[in-house]
Amino acid sequence: MIESSPISIVEIGGTLVATVGGSLDDAAALRFQSDLAERVAGTQAGGVVIDLSAVEIVDSFIGRVLADLSAVARLLGARVIVAGIQPAVAITLVELGLTLSGIETALDTEQGLARLGIRIDG
Amino acid sequence: MVDPTSGSWPVTADADVVHVRRSVRALAVDAGLGLVGQTKLVTAASELARNIVEHAGGGRVRARLLSQGGRRGVEVVFEDDGPGIDDVELALTDGHTSGRGLGLGLGGARRLTDVFELETEPGAGTRVRVVRWA
Repeated sequence: MIESSPISIVEIGGTLVATVGGSLDDAAALRFQSDLAERVAGTQAGGVVIDLSAVEIVDSFIGRVLADLSAVARLLGARVIVAGIQPAVAITLVELGLTLSGIETALDTEQGLARLGIRIDG
Repeated sequence: MVDPTSGSWPVTADADVVHVRRSVRALAVDAGLGLVGQTKLVTAASELARNIVEHAGGGRVRARLLSQGGRRGVEVVFEDDGPGIDDVELALTDGHTSGRGLGLGLGGARRLTDVFELETEPGAGTRVRVVRWA
């Protein structure tokens, strides 16, 4: 089965919003990491919000990719906020032993953008 | 569709891991697992299926619905003919890795499931059986 690209990245007022779709395989996760780094450098974005609200599982590999891409974006001068982790995913991550302690999080994309000083309702 | 209460899939690549996740999720829903239980089982299955791809180069995953004394659950079995695991206790220790992961896969999968059985023999492959009850 061929799936559509699970990730989209859009720019909103100097900030990138990356929305991750349902099923992410390892290769797509690694591609996301390099795509995002290029977009951060190319747009000189000061912040990145990664919307995980549609993601049904985060295992240790995807968790590591999230931690790595946050570190890479930070080195490129962008602040990364991971938004919208589902409660069941959060519970599972902690039991797995992955607390993503170095990653800044927000309840949803709107809150993530607000932290970066962007209001979408005007 | 064949038998919706069980399935067996070869696992050799990343895309197969995604297929295993989706298939195990469907069985977990059928068994009546709650969202947290589904997520834990699917995450454990993802870790164990990835181990097959990464350490053995390929193998098989089988899953089926279980019904026992009025309760329902899902059993998933991961088998490969890979190199096996020399030191099982070490492999189950968080942070120990021989691959590209974080070393949370085996120990994490054990914590995320109700039954976790591991049989391995150096040179003869590995078999992991997990069950999560609704």
